[in-house]
Amino acid sequence: MADLTSNFIGIKSPNPFWLASAPPTDKEYNVVRAFKAGWGGVVWKTLGEDPNVVNVNGPRYGAIYGADRRLLGLNNIELITDRPLETNLREIKAVKAAWPDRAMIVSIMVPCEEASWKYILPLVEETGADGIELNFGCPHGMSERGMGAAVGQVPEYIEMVARWCKQYTRMPVIVKLTPNITDIRYPARAAKSGGADAVSLINTISSITSVNLDTFSPEPSIDGKGSHGGYCGPAVKPIALNMVADIARDVETAGLPISGIGGVTTWRDAAEFLALGAGNVQVCTAAMTYGFKIVEEMKSGLSQYLDEQGISLDDLIGRAVPNVTDWQYLNLNYIAKARIDQDACIKCGRCYAACEDTSHQAISMSEDRTFEVIDAECVACNLCVNVCPVEGCITMEELAAGETDPRTGKTVSADYANWTTHPNNPGAVKAAE
Amino acid sequence: MTNTPFTPGIVPARLGAQDLAENFSDLHPPLDGHEALVAADRCYFCHDAPCITACPTAIDIPLFIRQIATGTTASAAQTIFEQNILGGMCARVCPTETLCEEACVRETAEGKPVLIGQLQRFATDSLMAADGHPFERAAPSGKRVAVVGAGPAGLACAHRLALHGHDVEVFDARPKAGGLNEYGIASYKSTNGFAAAEVSWLLKIGGITLSTDKALGRDITLEGLRGEFDAVFLGIGLTGVNALRAEGEARDGVADAVEFIADLRQADDLGALPVGRNVVVIGGGMTAIDAAVQSKLLGAENVTLVYRRDRDAMPASRYEQDLATSRGVRFIFNAMPLEVLGNGAATALRCEYTKAEGRSLSGTGETFDLPADQILKAIGQTLEGAPEAVRLEGGKIAVTGAGRTSADNVWAGGDCASGGEDLTVTAVAEGRDAAEDIHATLIGGA
Repeated sequence: MADLTSNFIGIKSPNPFWLASAPPTDKEYNVVRAFKAGWGGVVWKTLGEDPNVVNVNGPRYGAIYGADRRLLGLNNIELITDRPLETNLREIKAVKAAWPDRAMIVSIMVPCEEASWKYILPLVEETGADGIELNFGCPHGMSERGMGAAVGQVPEYIEMVARWCKQYTRMPVIVKLTPNITDIRYPARAAKSGGADAVSLINTISSITSVNLDTFSPEPSIDGKGSHGGYCGPAVKPIALNMVADIARDVETAGLPISGIGGVTTWRDAAEFLALGAGNVQVCTAAMTYGFKIVEEMKSGLSQYLDEQGISLDDLIGRAVPNVTDWQYLNLNYIAKARIDQDACIKCGRCYAACEDTSHQAISMSEDRTFEVIDAECVACNLCVNVCPVEGCITMEELAAGETDPRTGKTVSADYANWTTHPNNPGAVKAAE
Repeated sequence: MTNTPFTPGIVPARLGAQDLAENFSDLHPPLDGHEALVAADRCYFCHDAPCITACPTAIDIPLFIRQIATGTTASAAQTIFEQNILGGMCARVCPTETLCEEACVRETAEGKPVLIGQLQRFATDSLMAADGHPFERAAPSGKRVAVVGAGPAGLACAHRLALHGHDVEVFDARPKAGGLNEYGIASYKSTNGFAAAEVSWLLKIGGITLSTDKALGRDITLEGLRGEFDAVFLGIGLTGVNALRAEGEARDGVADAVEFIADLRQADDLGALPVGRNVVVIGGGMTAIDAAVQSKLLGAENVTLVYRRDRDAMPASRYEQDLATSRGVRFIFNAMPLEVLGNGAATALRCEYTKAEGRSLSGTGETFDLPADQILKAIGQTLEGAPEAVRLEGGKIAVTGAGRTSADNVWAGGDCASGGEDLTVTAVAEGRDAAEDIHATLIGGA
């Protein structure tokens, strides 16, 4: 069994799986049960100033589904904790005392005023919590009051508040970023400039999940009206991975620890975040969908994977970052062709429909439903692989150097050549003469 | 009455009313909404889908399943009915395991096809329960067509003709319309009077007059119909029954399986139906299976199905064979009947084992006696009472193209016509296609 012990900005936990700040972590009862189930840590649901906020008294969540009603995306219009500050502080202190080996991070959202932060930070520190996470991410409700994403969308505010926090507490500071911006690197750089110890991302994405076609209200519907919510779950993972990678490979934020969040549902998702530079991951939707028990699969899966790879958890972190590049640096001399495993093929014809109707007419269909790749047409776009219901049935295989690409008639070159030097590029850099 | 499965002879009420009701309840209880959505989600929406090719009526199966999955069941039913107006019955009786579901790519992938038949029933039942009829007649054409036989072929033909604005009169020799849907087919595949309800629903298209108790050759003649109508469609089925050609065939207790099934289908009280203690069914098709299973369900102690060839040669599908086995029917393969033994009434059936050499069968000389107080013959049906004006071929009415017979303006389809398997769904396809050809002919000739 691989060692999953995690050390994230000096905060130790028995594994890198934390529960994100959200309803699963909003009180002692839940968090104790989560720790019993094996979670490495929690980010306690966001604390605010008294009087505590209130929530709607109707539905707070909306969802989209895949086949068999598998939940793919969830959105919520829930606000930060709706319990008094004192209640939360008392429970945090009790849980941390009872579970000293687990990470206890406290999420905070108070107005963008120095006094507010100066007031609350010592109260949180007194609980014995391991660190704080600044909620600059929630896109709904609180942002309209100048908090949450309203702060996260203005790098100067991020830097300012991060600096206050570093000034008024000795606890490590994690800044939670909103994805509702155009370039995630700017808020990340601001957090670093403010002295933050780490960033966590992504928070939820502004969204409307569906519209009720009988009442014409967005869902979730409160008395016939709906408001945008924050979107999360498996559907947002690709967006989150991209943003994590952007920060991981940005020279200005290089080395800034990242807590990865966004659709982590299985150990595999977690491993991908880690490989793209996250030091640990936070989970919410998967726990909300399946319960706390899923952490068992995450732990056993990651452990088995590390053992099979023969690497440590630290080895995994950031391992894929050097392979993330810009399009212009991709090797245009890399030539692949689709290959269909006829033994695995179940003859559904989806590859044919996809290629024939929407791509490059590079798959043929015979009378007996044998589907074959026409190499002279195949551009290796991968759509057939993506729509095939049988995993591994269609693969992309590289043509070896020296082979002829039947599509272009050209010999495959062993040399690397990208767009920056391509003759069709008006701005191409001429090779030295 | 205190009869039990062990009471000797052919007697009624071997089982109590509750057991009988349970035994003859729906073979596949209908899917509820949740089950239908789960089942529908398994469809891959294949390109040029193999299930469509495998369906004799070429229903666009992936489309109707997608319509179910997206919450538009009425549209799903429309997709089905456009191709097969008896889609409700076909959903119940089609041997899907040898048609659409055998072709399903998920059968290839996982050995578990999408539940196409049950999804089709979900869609068609939903629309029929809402009493909707999704078709409107075209303007009256002024043409009149006679359809002889109100079975699947005749009904499908009549509906399609009526849809095109023609006036149709459907004749049937029996007191009720429906043909084998009403008088054949195992009870547990068509419960709660579905066959009759489907006919009533189908007639909502309008323009169809039903004349029952009118037999061809007795009450009406083809010549008379040809004089009175612009076209005639023959869907008269196979009403003759092959003889056993075994000694003692006339003994009491020997009967035709089709009659046994018809009596069962028309019975108001299953407890009043007599059934043997030791039933032997001879044959290997669906009729044999239906008769054997239902004998067992009525409370026969022993039911044995004797088939002259081996399992692989049996026309009934493996699924149907397994169904029979699960109900307690015993199969004896490679054996043929020699003689019905008994003194007045049958007491046993003497059989001889067979061996096959190519298509020819011969006895091995080894015989055995099966106790039998009831012997049901299910060794095939034949065309009976075909009009002289139409040419026959291989014992059936010869047809070319979309059911054209040798006689002008006379079409034929269903079991009585040459070509195609003798299945409800095939009959529907033939009736429908003949109707289109009749329509084209009548309009073209106008």
